[in-house]
Amino acid sequence: MSLLHYLVLSPFILAIFIPFLYKWFRNVHTGWFILPLPVILFGYLLTFVTTGQGMEVVEETVPWVPSLGINFTVYLDGLSLLFALLITGIGALVVLYSIFYIANKKDEPLNNFYVYLLMFMGAMLGVVLTDNLIVIYVFWELTSLASSLLIAYWFHKEKSRYGAQKSMLITVSGGFAMLAGFSLLYVITGTFSIQGIIEQSAQVIASPLAVPAMLLVLAGAFTKSAQFPFHIWLPDAMEAPTPVSAYLHSATMVKAGIYLVARFTPVFGGMPEWFWIVSAAGIITLTWGSISAVRQKDLKAILAFSTVSQLGLIMTLLGLGSAALYFDVANEGQYYTFAVMAAVFHLINHATFKGGLFMAVGIIDHETGTRDIRKLGGLMSVMPITFTISLIGLASMAGLPPFNGFLSKEMFFTGVLDATELPIFNMQTVGLMFPVLAWIASIFTFLYCLIMLMKTFFGKYQPEKLEKEAHEAPIGMLISPIILISLVVIIGFFPNILAYTIIEPVMNSILPGFTFEPNIYHWHGLNTEIFMTVGVILFGSLIFMNLNRWQETYFFLRERDPLNQVYDKGLDGLITGAQGITNIQMTGLLRDYFAYMSVFMVGALMFTMFWFDAFTFDVNFGMMGSITPYAVIIIVLLAVVSLALPFIQHRVSAIAVLGVVGFLIALLFVNFRAPDLALTQLLVETVMVVLFLLCFYFLPELKRGDFKPKFRWLNLVISISVGLTVSLIGISALSLSQTDGYESISMYFIENTYELTGGKNMVNMILDDFRALDTILEVLVLGIAALGVVALIKLRFKGGEDV
Amino acid sequence: MELLMIILIGIIFSVSTYLMLTNSLLRVIFGIVMLSHGAHLLLLTLSGFNDGAPPLLGEEASVYMDPLPQALILTAIVISFGVTAFLLVLGYRTYRAHETDKMDQLRGNADE
Repeated sequence: MSLLHYLVLSPFILAIFIPFLYKWFRNVHTGWFILPLPVILFGYLLTFVTTGQGMEVVEETVPWVPSLGINFTVYLDGLSLLFALLITGIGALVVLYSIFYIANKKDEPLNNFYVYLLMFMGAMLGVVLTDNLIVIYVFWELTSLASSLLIAYWFHKEKSRYGAQKSMLITVSGGFAMLAGFSLLYVITGTFSIQGIIEQSAQVIASPLAVPAMLLVLAGAFTKSAQFPFHIWLPDAMEAPTPVSAYLHSATMVKAGIYLVARFTPVFGGMPEWFWIVSAAGIITLTWGSISAVRQKDLKAILAFSTVSQLGLIMTLLGLGSAALYFDVANEGQYYTFAVMAAVFHLINHATFKGGLFMAVGIIDHETGTRDIRKLGGLMSVMPITFTISLIGLASMAGLPPFNGFLSKEMFFTGVLDATELPIFNMQTVGLMFPVLAWIASIFTFLYCLIMLMKTFFGKYQPEKLEKEAHEAPIGMLISPIILISLVVIIGFFPNILAYTIIEPVMNSILPGFTFEPNIYHWHGLNTEIFMTVGVILFGSLIFMNLNRWQETYFFLRERDPLNQVYDKGLDGLITGAQGITNIQMTGLLRDYFAYMSVFMVGALMFTMFWFDAFTFDVNFGMMGSITPYAVIIIVLLAVVSLALPFIQHRVSAIAVLGVVGFLIALLFVNFRAPDLALTQLLVETVMVVLFLLCFYFLPELKRGDFKPKFRWLNLVISISVGLTVSLIGISALSLSQTDGYESISMYFIENTYELTGGKNMVNMILDDFRALDTILEVLVLGIAALGVVALIKLRFKGGEDV
Repeated sequence: MELLMIILIGIIFSVSTYLMLTNSLLRVIFGIVMLSHGAHLLLLTLSGFNDGAPPLLGEEASVYMDPLPQALILTAIVISFGVTAFLLVLGYRTYRAHETDKMDQLRGNADE
């Protein structure tokens, strides 16, 4: 166990102690006990940051299930380090923020909250810091679980439970698909280690299983990262407390899918399928998310759709950048790595401004009691600090200079414009879609940022619609968003502090083998990107000014994503369908179940026999016993009596006929020279008839004619087919046993019975000597039956009635 | 001989299936009894008949009937007797408790 292992496990270890700390120190807010942990982890992770090329990769292994190749391997390279820094850094800020957000110590179950949050933090660190696919999957599912628990933190609210269930179902199904993809990768490469798989990437791409494995892994990544059409869980996850939304649903968990795609780019990158699926899913999500965000009325819903859209943007860039791996490292490939750099840069920027914005919205919610933009307005002078935070965050999100969002948006435009020049995958024709859609999405992004700003902070202040008297938040709540927004500004002005420290090592992990020039400048000269940004601002403002005109349209009034209907209907249909099927087949009638069994057995046996052509009728009559008239008479009698049994109206007659059947069978045993069988059969049949009559004597009076049930054709068909199957298989078995050439082992008994046992009755000697174990157990069966009979007659649990 | 027996066994199996598919509890027990008869006869038949003596060494014959299936059937007869006796008493208890022998009235609760 290295220090990095303890780093992953430390949140889980601390989580164990939280309930005790909560109980023993009721006067101290539990969050204060948590806060040092992410700060320490963040500080420790910072020591791995180096400038220049020299990011040293750390790899430490602890065996977990070595026989299956599952080891708890910690692997820290640029990509992992970036995510781990985001998780711990924003984690620390969120914990600080939550201490003031959930300030009411008495009413809120804080121990639950922090246990779930720590569990999430540990799981997320596990996802990004481990190298083994199975370990990643374990932590991946833990993040889903922790996320659902946190969404349903206020579990008395119906909507919270709905959102938690939805996110659970979608992300866990995706995670399960991902496990299947991991298994396929294991089948191809024989290892669960990601680095081992990357080394064999040529082999993976050549394999026929590459595309299924890729699709399954992407299913996991897309569900987690809320890509179209799996994004529907994210807006419903906004029922969680705001610190949770800020942490999980903007900065960390939803980026787990991004992490996975980046991690697997060296494996699948260069495949046209990967390029197309990832970039197309990204660009659709980007456009859909930004358009949907415009019509939301709830601040958190706007931010949720905005997160969806920004994640789509990062995904698009990762997809486009993977084309670099298609080329030779030394040649043109270099040129296309720019998209990946833009993705990494925007990933960092998004975490900073989206975290800050969520916290600002949380403050507004906390201080006014509502998040509805129709009720808010004119808060600029009331909440000046929150206003400044929001203004910078929104400007960065919209892509305005001089903040970091502007830089990443410019780089995004460059990336999509470069992509149209790709000489592969039909990009020169179809590729034009990317800049066009990206530009439209940017207009809508600008629009919803503007709506958020204007509706919340400008306009008229409406105190009568608010639940509380609006005022500025306490300073503790403002610290975290201020830090995040300062980062937005600092990165905006000095983007190159990230270039060699963070971005270059990350690029080295995503696109191994390439060399980079990760310099980010504000001013590139008057190029297409600048004109696109100017166009975005112009068109966005134009639409905003005419907003009143089409605010009443159907598109604007409907807030719910239409895909929710598909989900809801699908879930309902699944439940009612399953109930319907169960109701049809589980009738509760023994008769039906027996009919199923008979039909299935007849079908399976008949099918098998026909399939293997096993029906045979060439019986050798010379090897069979001779037909005696005496035996024929008994057999015919037996057949007639058996056939008569179902037609008998009266119970006593039926019992008598059953007795006749038994005695005729005893006669058959006599005929086939089985004296012991005949004896036993006679005895047993006599006792049985007596038992039947005894039972009948005590039975309650029943109406006449009740005994003979209605005739059913179906029953007749089933029973005849059962008899036919038995006969046909019997004949086949008989004729096959005549030709297989194997002797019966009975010659041994016949020759050795007297020598070995001293008895002359072979059947009895087999029962008591050669195979006596059967007999012992048979005696046991009889004993158990007798005890059961006694218990059934004597025992009464309800008291009262006795026989 | 064996072919005749196999046809008879087919008939017995049909009758027992038909009885088990009916609505009366007593008839279901009849069906089970018939099914065990059919199974015993099938065991005997498929070992093959020869015209030998009963499996008693005192007979001092040259050919004996196969003793092994007879031993197996003997075991099976006793076991099926035990099970049938238990079933009968169970059926009797059901009658006492529910005053009916109709299988479709003995369906249990919806929650089960």
